[in-house]
Amino acid sequence: MIRTRSANLQGNPLRLDRAQVGKVVALVGLTVLLIVMLFPFLIVFINAIKSPAEYANNGPMSLPQGIYVQGLIDFWNRVDFTNKLINSLVISLTVAIFGVALSLFNAFALGIGRVRGRVWFLVFFLMANTLPQESLAYPLYYFAKFFGIYNSQIAVILVFTVIQSAFGTYLLTSVFSAFPREINEAAMIDGCTKLQLLLRIVMPISMPTLSVLFVFFFIWTWNEFFLPMVLLVSTSKQTVPLAIAVLQGQHNMDATTSSASALLGLLPCLVFFVLFQRTLTKGITAGSIK
Amino acid sequence: MNITRTAPNRGYWAFLLPGAIALFLIIVLPFLVNVGVSFTNWNGVSSPVWIGLGNYEKALNDATFWASFKNNLYIIVAMVIIPTIVGLLLAAFLYDYVSSKLGKGLASFFRAGYYLPQILPVAIAGVVWRWIMQPNWGVLNWMLNAVGLESQNWLGDADLAIYSVMAIMVWFQIGYPLVIFMAALQRVDPDLYEAASVDGATWFDKFFYITIHQIRPEIFVVVLTTLIHSLKVFAQIFVLTRGGPGRATIVPSYFAYQNFFEKSSVGYGATIATIMTAIIIILTVIFINVQSGQELKEGY
Repeated sequence: MIRTRSANLQGNPLRLDRAQVGKVVALVGLTVLLIVMLFPFLIVFINAIKSPAEYANNGPMSLPQGIYVQGLIDFWNRVDFTNKLINSLVISLTVAIFGVALSLFNAFALGIGRVRGRVWFLVFFLMANTLPQESLAYPLYYFAKFFGIYNSQIAVILVFTVIQSAFGTYLLTSVFSAFPREINEAAMIDGCTKLQLLLRIVMPISMPTLSVLFVFFFIWTWNEFFLPMVLLVSTSKQTVPLAIAVLQGQHNMDATTSSASALLGLLPCLVFFVLFQRTLTKGITAGSIK
Repeated sequence: MNITRTAPNRGYWAFLLPGAIALFLIIVLPFLVNVGVSFTNWNGVSSPVWIGLGNYEKALNDATFWASFKNNLYIIVAMVIIPTIVGLLLAAFLYDYVSSKLGKGLASFFRAGYYLPQILPVAIAGVVWRWIMQPNWGVLNWMLNAVGLESQNWLGDADLAIYSVMAIMVWFQIGYPLVIFMAALQRVDPDLYEAASVDGATWFDKFFYITIHQIRPEIFVVVLTTLIHSLKVFAQIFVLTRGGPGRATIVPSYFAYQNFFEKSSVGYGATIATIMTAIIIILTVIFINVQSGQELKEGY
């Protein structure tokens, strides 16, 4: 406070100008950086709605002269994008639901019940979460073939429910450990069973955390690449990121089709970002241990 | 008294059972099998042959194995070091200059914009950049030609490919430390800055002696988590370069994948994965130790 007041008292017009110039320089710098960061999104968008002829004549930097959606439609039909969206949705939603449920059960035992050896269980869950998927990939691939669930979404759902719930357990347990210990004793005295304690007291109180976990599990699962690629071989079973990435390697696509495919890959994530923005910004710090 | 204290805790095991069994079957067991396979020679079809540490010896003398870890160092620069430093400077700048002089809304607007790449699946980010860096019709070369510079084969030139991959990763990664650090700065006591200003500290003094010092826990979390992430990089490499040209951009994770599914040397693939795991477990143990140390200090 003292410093700003004395600066104002001097009232040097040149100083003021310098402060103004500083603001302009800062804004210009930040905006240039923003353009660089957003450039890939913009360039993909403007080229996905261009016709191939337009791209050939005017190059990638010109603004589209109209909206040409035929490229997008052709690509959509060629890869049966509806099918990829359904696959991704089914896998991500199922994993999010079962992942949250499993995390809740685990954390209930570890955080509220404080079962013996809980610290070791927690270490195991955290390890499971940081383990590289490469060290599970071949055995999981082998087991999946053995049990006849290779190339089926069940395999991916099972694996990611467990991987995501390992993180969820770790996070929820630390939330539950902060609950007053009297809660379960009071509930027991009132003749509440443990299942009632979980469903009627613990779950409603922790709903905000559970919904953050749900959104995170959904998006993380949607974005996964390595294990889904190992476990799902036929294109009709694949998820959106997987199908688009694998297709790109296989076909020699022209520029506009390529950008159409990139746009279709981007769009769902932008939709999620807009839908879940608040939850996401709340949860990024919580998710930082992943 | 003792009875009421222990009795309520009995029935909780039932709730842990499904999770514990699932964890064992889907994580622990495959992990142990993988470690076991790393001591064998196995093509995935015939029965595995025990060769003890043979695969580990092979790895020590394998130039591609070493190349993959050397490239990983480049990845660490691009995913850990540069984003952490840039993220720190940018967070401090947005937080105490932009936020106070130009408005909070503007600061969060820029933060959201810089964060946007992080919402993409890495595979899709790879597809987007491969399109931009395409040698014949890609945007990047088109722009270079427009200002009279020569085209480059960004991802296909062995001397250039790793730097192109690094640039993409910096672009992708910046938003993460930025968001974490901006949240962290909110808990720094403004009186500290006030006092330092009175003592005549410059912006850089304050940055080095107050900001960095105060948000050390977050810096640590960011460095360690991105370090673990950087060892697992796969999708970007798969989409952008497939480890090539030659072994110019091969990373341990992709090398393991190649051995598993392309070369049918499952035993050797398992060895690479086990070595990666060992490194990551060491990093995780450090993480748990420091994390629980912090929680003790904060009185949890």
